[in-house]
Amino acid sequence: MTGKQTILIIDDSEMNRAILADMLGNEFDIIEAENGREGVAQLQKHGPEISLVLLDIVMPKMDGFGVLDLMNKYHWIEDIPVIMISAERGSSHIERAFELGITDFISRPFDALIVHRRVVNTILLYAKQKRLTAMVAEQIYEKEQRSSLMIDILSHIVEFRNGESGMHVRHVHTLTETLLKFLLRKTDKYRLTQTDISVISTASALHDIGKIAIPEEILNKPGRFTDEEFAIMKTHSMVGAEMLEALPFYQDEPLVKAAYQICRWHHERWDGRGYPDGLKEDEIPISAQIVALADVYDALTSERVYKPAFSHDQAVNMILNGECGTFNPLLMDCLRECADVILEELNSDSLDSRSRREMQNIARELHKHEELTASERTLELLEHERMKYSFFASLTKEIQFEYTVTPPSIVLSTWGAEKLGLPETLMDPYQDPQARALIQDSDLENLADMLHSTTPGSPVVTYDCKLPVEGEERWHRIIARASWSSEEPPRYTGCIGKALDIHSSRLHLENLERQASHDALTGLLNRDYAKMRIMERLADRPAGNYALAILDLDYFKSANDTYGHMFGDQVLKFLAERMRHGIRGGDIAARVGGDEFLIFLEYKADLESTIDGIYNRVNGGVYEDFTISVSMGVASTEMVEADYETLFRRADEALYVVKNSGKGHYSYYHREHAQMGGDKSAVSPIDGEDSAELI
Amino acid sequence: MTLQECYAALGGDYDEAMGRLRSERLVQKFVLKFLNDGSYQLLCDSLAAGDREEAFRAAHTIKGVCANLAFNTLLDSSEALTEALRDGRPAQAGEEDLIARVKADYDRAYQAIQAFQGGVAG
Repeated sequence: MTGKQTILIIDDSEMNRAILADMLGNEFDIIEAENGREGVAQLQKHGPEISLVLLDIVMPKMDGFGVLDLMNKYHWIEDIPVIMISAERGSSHIERAFELGITDFISRPFDALIVHRRVVNTILLYAKQKRLTAMVAEQIYEKEQRSSLMIDILSHIVEFRNGESGMHVRHVHTLTETLLKFLLRKTDKYRLTQTDISVISTASALHDIGKIAIPEEILNKPGRFTDEEFAIMKTHSMVGAEMLEALPFYQDEPLVKAAYQICRWHHERWDGRGYPDGLKEDEIPISAQIVALADVYDALTSERVYKPAFSHDQAVNMILNGECGTFNPLLMDCLRECADVILEELNSDSLDSRSRREMQNIARELHKHEELTASERTLELLEHERMKYSFFASLTKEIQFEYTVTPPSIVLSTWGAEKLGLPETLMDPYQDPQARALIQDSDLENLADMLHSTTPGSPVVTYDCKLPVEGEERWHRIIARASWSSEEPPRYTGCIGKALDIHSSRLHLENLERQASHDALTGLLNRDYAKMRIMERLADRPAGNYALAILDLDYFKSANDTYGHMFGDQVLKFLAERMRHGIRGGDIAARVGGDEFLIFLEYKADLESTIDGIYNRVNGGVYEDFTISVSMGVASTEMVEADYETLFRRADEALYVVKNSGKGHYSYYHREHAQMGGDKSAVSPIDGEDSAELI
Repeated sequence: MTLQECYAALGGDYDEAMGRLRSERLVQKFVLKFLNDGSYQLLCDSLAAGDREEAFRAAHTIKGVCANLAFNTLLDSSEALTEALRDGRPAQAGEEDLIARVKADYDRAYQAIQAFQGGVAG
């Protein structure tokens, strides 16, 4: 076959075929068929390679109308133009031929120039139409990808709060679509069109938006609900419906209408025992009936805090047995019939396959509504997209943002812009002092690095940092999704995301950490935490010189006995305060327990004067009537092995010696101590006389 | 014999044919092809066999070819016969005359073209 386009001539007269072939043979490849049946065989054989058919009416075996009937039956007529040539002059013939989809009718005798001109025009027209169709399909495909992305993000927003997998909304979408298709095949009772299926499936993603208003403790409660909690939980269907009803715009949008029905009635049951309105049978809109079924199926097959995941077969059986409430018998038939398909669809439920499915649906619709031009349809879809986006952006009290690389700009949600004190649109944010003041340079760099290192397959990153909200620095968690272009290799084009205020939960964590690491009375580190820090230090720089001192408040028991425990606590706090001020930055001060404290420090050369300085700042003077006298034992890594246990034990031994030799001074560990005190310890038993009750 | 003379002999309109096919070469080619067209034989055979449907198609084809080549005399008679045979309607009075006219016009055309062909060949 040459590069020429091919024309099929179906005419029983060899003479007629020859005349036509002669006129067109220079520019086109010609296939000839001498009757209708042979013509159909050629169409079957060459299919879309054929650019045009020239068709006679009166022929043996199968006439021209027979050929047209078959071309309609197999939908060839949609892609291959037919020009009918006939000596028939009756207008009824011509009319019938046009009804069967021919593009042009030329009556015999024909003029060679006119035949040629009409053939060429028709072929050009069809080629153009095919190109346009391809372009529209491409546009739709692009838009559908964005729509899938929206649904994907939406799933995450709603389910992030539910602590669910993020797949629920997506599954419900797929299940809804599948069930609708089966229902459509089964009955025309509900007058569903392809558009309805598409709208209802998309709207199904919104079935649980009312959960935004349910307190998180209830939403994520692992155990059974109390009656009160269940009553609150049940409000989510009505709340979702009210949110949609409160929309100032878009009330006439089919999507909003369908979403309203689904939100409000997706917990109704066929026998009237559902909520909130107790509707029964077909009082419940079919959209809500189907989403209810899809919702139940996915809940059964998903793992929850309170139950394991049931298998597909188990779930279908449970529903069919009525264990999850009563459903429309017609839908039960659908479920039975499409059970296998569901399994398959859910397993292959990638974004990709769904987009393609959606596109096919829309393309089919588009085909039916030829009066709707491509640009109108595209605009409508875009407008719809914009409506969905602004709707969700306005519902959530969240800082949402969208960043594009070209042109460099950030668009913030209205609420977010207000909180951050920024305009909603910022051009050239890297150069904008307002934007730069928002986030620390290092945080910005980290975040940008993370986004740039994502892949189109896994584009989501999470990053915690402080953002100034209404003038206060608060911790936020930024969840962002990088956008990659579809070219090869993919190009980073920006990101979308949101910043969640995690300040209070973060502070709570810090508080808990603090409680775990600090002594409640004095605010110094506690013994365990100090030990950990000291061991870290020793491990970090084993070559350094370190000293550990253990301090003991002398005559503390008599303070307790004389003035009471409250007073004793005040004295300990007083001493702790002195220690805090007495040590140098980087030294560690901790309460070991009772009236004993420790100080750990690193020194360069002159340990004696450092220790002497600290001791003198801590020891001496009075607190009210009580004389502050401190005994202290010191061990250093120059004298003993550089590990925590050894340092502590040796300092303790030195303290024991001090305690037994008049108190009120300090001493370094040296070998003789070991001989004098054996391995006696000053901490606890010996000193227990005045500290035991405080431990 | 020229092509024009041939047309005059068979009762056709040379100028009309030229107006449609735009070149003498094509007109001549298809005029000569007319000698080999089986439609006339098919018409005679199916009439003899009583197959009126096939006879209709054959007459219809002859009519179409004549229309394209502007063989107007044969066109008129074959068109009349085509209508008489259309939709399998039974033979009416005068059909024999129609058939005889087609035969006479066909023979006239055939002889004229043969004479022309002899001239071309010679």
